[in-house]
Amino acid sequence: MEIVILGAGGVGSTLADLLAKESEENDITVIDANPSYLSSVEEHADIKTIQGHCSHPDVLVKAGIQKADIVVAVSGSDEINLVACLIAKTLSTNIRTIARIRDTSYAKKDTKGTILQIVDKIISPEQLLTDYIQRLIDTPGSLQVLDFANGQLNLVGVKAVRGGPLIGHHISDLKKHMPKVDTRIAAIFRQDQAVIPSGDTIIEAGDEVFFIAKKNDISSVINEMRKKEDAYKRIMIAGGGKVGSRLAKAIEHNHQVKVIETNKERAKYIAGNLKSTIVLHGDSSDKLLLHEENIESMDIFASLTNDDETNIMSCLLAKEMGAHKLISLINNPAYVDLVQGRGIDIAIAPSQITIGTLLAEVAGEGVETIYSLRRGAAEAIETIVKKNQDKEKCVIGKRLGDVLVPDGVTIGAIMHDNEANIAHNDTIICENDHLILFLTDKNILPEIKSIFSP
Amino acid sequence: MRLTYTSRILGFLLILFSFTQLIPIGVAFLYNEILEIRGFAYAFCISILSGLLLFFLSSNKKENLKTRDGFIITVFFWTVLALFGSFPFYFAHFNDFSFIDSLFESISGLTTTGATVFIGLDEMPKSILFYRQFLQWLGGMGIIVLAVAVLPLLGIGGMQLYKAETPGPLKDSKLTPRITQTAKALWYVYLSMTIACGVLYYYSGMNAFDSICHSFSTLSIGGFSTHDESFAFFNNYSTQWVAMLFMLIAGMNFALHFTAWSKTKLNRIYIGHYLADSEVKLYFLIILSIFITSALVLHLNLDQNVSKTFQEAAFQSISIATTTGFLTADYSKWPTFVPIMLLTAAFVGACAGSTGGGIKVIRALILFKQGTGEIIKLIHPNAILSIKLGNKPLSTKIAASVWGFFSLYVVVFIVIFMALLNQGNDFITSFSAVGATLNNLGPGLGNVSENYANITLISKLWLCLAMLLGRLEIFTLLVILSPSFWRK
Repeated sequence: MEIVILGAGGVGSTLADLLAKESEENDITVIDANPSYLSSVEEHADIKTIQGHCSHPDVLVKAGIQKADIVVAVSGSDEINLVACLIAKTLSTNIRTIARIRDTSYAKKDTKGTILQIVDKIISPEQLLTDYIQRLIDTPGSLQVLDFANGQLNLVGVKAVRGGPLIGHHISDLKKHMPKVDTRIAAIFRQDQAVIPSGDTIIEAGDEVFFIAKKNDISSVINEMRKKEDAYKRIMIAGGGKVGSRLAKAIEHNHQVKVIETNKERAKYIAGNLKSTIVLHGDSSDKLLLHEENIESMDIFASLTNDDETNIMSCLLAKEMGAHKLISLINNPAYVDLVQGRGIDIAIAPSQITIGTLLAEVAGEGVETIYSLRRGAAEAIETIVKKNQDKEKCVIGKRLGDVLVPDGVTIGAIMHDNEANIAHNDTIICENDHLILFLTDKNILPEIKSIFSP
Repeated sequence: MRLTYTSRILGFLLILFSFTQLIPIGVAFLYNEILEIRGFAYAFCISILSGLLLFFLSSNKKENLKTRDGFIITVFFWTVLALFGSFPFYFAHFNDFSFIDSLFESISGLTTTGATVFIGLDEMPKSILFYRQFLQWLGGMGIIVLAVAVLPLLGIGGMQLYKAETPGPLKDSKLTPRITQTAKALWYVYLSMTIACGVLYYYSGMNAFDSICHSFSTLSIGGFSTHDESFAFFNNYSTQWVAMLFMLIAGMNFALHFTAWSKTKLNRIYIGHYLADSEVKLYFLIILSIFITSALVLHLNLDQNVSKTFQEAAFQSISIATTTGFLTADYSKWPTFVPIMLLTAAFVGACAGSTGGGIKVIRALILFKQGTGEIIKLIHPNAILSIKLGNKPLSTKIAASVWGFFSLYVVVFIVIFMALLNQGNDFITSFSAVGATLNNLGPGLGNVSENYANITLISKLWLCLAMLLGRLEIFTLLVILSPSFWRK
């Protein structure tokens, strides 16, 4: 597949690197105006780079846009991304365009149709991030919550804590504890090592357990792993930027939200846009302010500024002062593993969320979504079953238990006719069913694709 | 140092190289030179066994190559290759070559220099002759580039190796997204042009063996011949014109050939980009001007037929300016001005990304433009100048690295020149020998105008170093020799 990536920033360069490694078939060309970005990408990945303006037709032609299958516009500016997609569509009739558009106003009402003609898939990192954090807030006790099967199923990561009923028991006991709940444990991480779960695996305190279940059953499964946690009520957000204000807007109707913003003008602006949220002007590392605002009774303290160091320090301060649970945005991937679990409960790398979505888009037909669990230690994918021309290998009509899958793959759930269910060995596979799978090694992704959606 | 994985790659490359020594065995069978088979067989066995030993003794943990690993592999491989490449000469049956002579011949072949210490080529066994030409052909496009093309196992490290081996200051331009495709493309172009050249030679009157052998050394800008008289042996103009044409082609950037190759459709030949390339324009300008000058000087000074003079001037100008080193006339007997001018042109050499040697036209162009820029700056102290190639401004980083390259080139030249003088060689011999080897040209003047057999052992070793420095463009080799490279 020929892929042209516009912009060699954090997302663009990581995406290029991953795609180049994913398959020998991917031919990747990266365009950026800044030669120093390009040379650092080219140093690490086997790709071609072109220096130039991302949306200029001559540059795009030089990058081989006429032969390319997909163009991914992730340059710093929405406008450049849009123009580049427009030019790409003009130069090539059957190219797929994916663009990162941060501002929501482009994709509203009247202009939406036009935009969608130019851009086949709009990726809005702030929206993805807000949704991601909102799901975490809605699911007390979770470390990661991912949507599958149009939101009917959730894959939830949770830390097993002493006191949970299942701790020290076999996984198969789950059924005895909760006969009505259908769930499947997909992966367990014990001291950073993936353990392939089976019926007689014993859950230990400290394990990170990933399971899949229907939305309504999630909380009862979490309660098996740790002491019951009440729904989060009081939430403090440090940083009233795009993510902070969007999150506040999304959750203010059923939570008590406080936002701390350092910039007075910005604070005024978001206060005008939000209804019940209390917007505070001040510094999130101001001990006095936090004390005044009852930091000790906050269920969640989320630090969502653009600055990693500020986020980490204010989280640590909030923890010290008694905040319950801490969420922090960390842009530098090297910090994420450093701080997660050491003071900060959930560290979120925004670029990884964007990249996961982009990867699924690029993977194209057959793959609905790809998520990486624990920052790439494992993958969860939703794939669509397609007919295989080779009758021998076709999986349609077979029982799930009879399908040969490579080692390290667990089939978690299946969606048939828009109805999702946990997978069982005797479930029959039909065409266009969605399968939700876990891979402990992302290198087997191409093999999986060839089995289910050739 | 992570010598473990790098030595594994070295071993692998050596195994790959050992198979190239099997081909001359076939030639020996063909020409019924049974006695020569033993030498090649020995060489093959030693190379493959050493390669296997290296391969299996080192760790098989696959790691991504760093930039420094690229340097190590390239330099070690070229030196090791030169050593193993010399064995067939050393073990040759028909004559006892000394070890230093074998090494000199092998390095001269692989670096596409074309300087020879062998006398009596016409009587030599065909298999040995073929092997010399074949070494040049392998060295021309670069055997590591070949390895990158056929070995996806090198993976991402390929780029590091490719950068360390290919000549020219602008190495970041990949032709295709994948490095293996780029390397393959280069070899396809190289191979098909070699075949075209060989066929044309054959139809112009060479015998089959000579046309194959000479197509190897023409496309690689090597200059080895199967005859003592070099190209003067083929005393017909059409053969010489074929040689001139292909030397000119091989002296151009192969990226341009690749573009022509990939964009040429059935109904339209795509050549516009050659004229748009400022390096190619200067390349032709240089060759054309030295041709005209030398033709005029020769016409005024030599008492011979006009068409012969022009033919000789054209052939020698192209052959020496591209650093090939084929000769149709004894140019050392010409008025001193002409050979020195030709030798100076060899310093500029061929285009970057070609198989030729020298400083490269593009570097000369950048140096010149920067020089004139300085003059403008003296007149307009506030002027902001940007050096442009074509219409694109060049980053100051590249200009600075070109200056660094040039100054090292001069230093290396002077050091080896002094060393040769110290060995008792006369001025013109030393000067031309260093010029001819450092620029990968081949024939020099004075004592080395025909061959290098008559200079001292130490001189030969110095010239071996000069050839390697020239082929690996100095930096790659000097990097390994610098102490800071080895510091952790």
